Amino acid sequence: MSAIIELKDVVTFYDLIIALRSISISIEQGSITAILGNNGAGKSTILKTIMGLISRQPSKGDINFLGGKIAGIPTEQIVRLGISYVPEGREVFSELTVKENLLMGAYTRKDKKGVKKDFPWIYNYFPILKEKENQWAGTLSGGQQQMLAIGRALISRPKLLLLDEPSLGLSPLLVKEIFNIIKAINKEGVTIVLMEQNAKMALTISDYAYILENGRVGIKGPSVELLEKKEVRELYLGIYSGSSRNRYQNIKKK
Amino acid sequence: MNMKRDYYEDINLFHSKTVIFWFAVLILFLVLYPFLFKNYYIYVANYIAINIIVATGLNILVGYTGLISLGHAGFFCLGAYGTVILMVKAHIPFLIALPLSSLFAGLFGFLIGLPALRLEGPYLSIATLAFGLTITQVVGKLDFFGGREGLHTSKLLIGNLHIDSDRDFYCLLIPITIIMIFIARNIVRTRVGRAFIAIRDAEIAAETIGVNVMLYKTLAFAISAFYTGVAGGLYAFVLRFIEPQLFSQMMSIMFLAMVVVGGIGSTFGSIAGAILLTLLDLELRNILSIPYLGKFLESLSKNFFSITGVSNIQFIVFGFIIIFIMLFEPLGMFGIWIRIKKYWKTWPF
Repeated sequence: MSAIIELKDVVTFYDLIIALRSISISIEQGSITAILGNNGAGKSTILKTIMGLISRQPSKGDINFLGGKIAGIPTEQIVRLGISYVPEGREVFSELTVKENLLMGAYTRKDKKGVKKDFPWIYNYFPILKEKENQWAGTLSGGQQQMLAIGRALISRPKLLLLDEPSLGLSPLLVKEIFNIIKAINKEGVTIVLMEQNAKMALTISDYAYILENGRVGIKGPSVELLEKKEVRELYLGIYSGSSRNRYQNIKKK
Repeated sequence: MNMKRDYYEDINLFHSKTVIFWFAVLILFLVLYPFLFKNYYIYVANYIAINIIVATGLNILVGYTGLISLGHAGFFCLGAYGTVILMVKAHIPFLIALPLSSLFAGLFGFLIGLPALRLEGPYLSIATLAFGLTITQVVGKLDFFGGREGLHTSKLLIGNLHIDSDRDFYCLLIPITIIMIFIARNIVRTRVGRAFIAIRDAEIAAETIGVNVMLYKTLAFAISAFYTGVAGGLYAFVLRFIEPQLFSQMMSIMFLAMVVVGGIGSTFGSIAGAILLTLLDLELRNILSIPYLGKFLESLSKNFFSITGVSNIQFIVFGFIIIFIMLFEPLGMFGIWIRIKKYWKTWPF
């Protein structure tokens, strides 16, 4: 298996504030990769840097997508290469209908017939969207908006799908549903990168995971292994095992 | 609910037979209008039609793309001067001069749109305000544009037809207005229009699905400037005389007010706003001729509300009406329309 996207020593600033301190990440084709971390660890910044949403960043380092450099290219061209991004907090176009939102998602596609054929494919994943097809997206509930945002990203037929906290503000049941769908999408061959606060959920469905701390990669490894690792269990999953109860908390405080 | 069964229904310009019926009634009314009313009211109708074109164009910018402009009098001025100068100095026929100068206004719109890529909200309004102020100053200084004295329009010939009276001009203007409205309606229903709305609703999301935000923001400016240019060129022939002072800052604000009072983001609203504000602007001076009350209000405004001692009651009333509309219906006149529609559709609930 080869890497679909590779970040090499990427450094990103927000003006004078450093957000990513030399991050190297490599994502396998066809995998689900979870990127975890506390608030402010730099999770969303990684995605924004990949998408070219932060102007004149990354200031150092390379991003390679399918062998070509994409650092510094305008966002709309990056999209055309086959990367889709579901922004944090959904960001649907509230005064377009569900159908029009999906049409906007297929904005970069030239084959109108193919797009038409893909509508049932999306509706198959999210039947509720079919029901609400002609409703303004702003009138949907939070979970439905999240589904729409994922559908909108999917319909451009991406090779790589970046999800920024898809579980934000959703009920546990809905989170489960969304994660199942993410898994199903992955089975069709779409590589997925998942930014999450919900560490347990993310580690269960992903193949590989990176845990960020203060703009650096702290821990990485196959998700199954991380689930067993003591420090991960204590710091991110909140499962304490006996005597070491305070140890890692103290480290973190430094 | 707004249910559509197939694609053709979706792209239909008219949604139902009722709409076609009322549209036919409207057309009939517009055809009969010049025969039913006296000359002054035809002049009023012309004036309204021109403001409708501007409001429709400005709505594409303000309503659909979510940008703002306080400098549209500048584009209006460019359209008017461009058309008149091409006709008077270069003897180009009207039907070529009008689109040419509108394209020129559109080009300027594109240039003014460039700062819009970086500026937002209040900053953008100041930048466009500066443009609106500058244009009149430049035009007023240059003798080529007739300086402060302004310019008279030449004879308006289309083929061999001499368009002379307000009535003749009405017959030319109304079809142009209707076509412009239809084009605007169509723009917002296509890929381009959806991109505009996407930028307004969620700019980052629009960017991340591949919309070229830079291109579309400047495009929105260019389209709305083009519309304003067309209206400006026509306006010159309603007045038959143009001077720099006509294109004041007040005019830009009136244009914006039409869009806002009408209801941001709806073509119907813009049309309604343009009609209402133009009528108020033209007819409110009749307040002074209301028996008793008129005299009272006049002295009131002269003594208490005016620095110069000139009666300004019509502006005060004008302001009050706008404030009240926005207070009770923040969505503007379109909001009132929606409420009526909702009431009947969900009756008896």
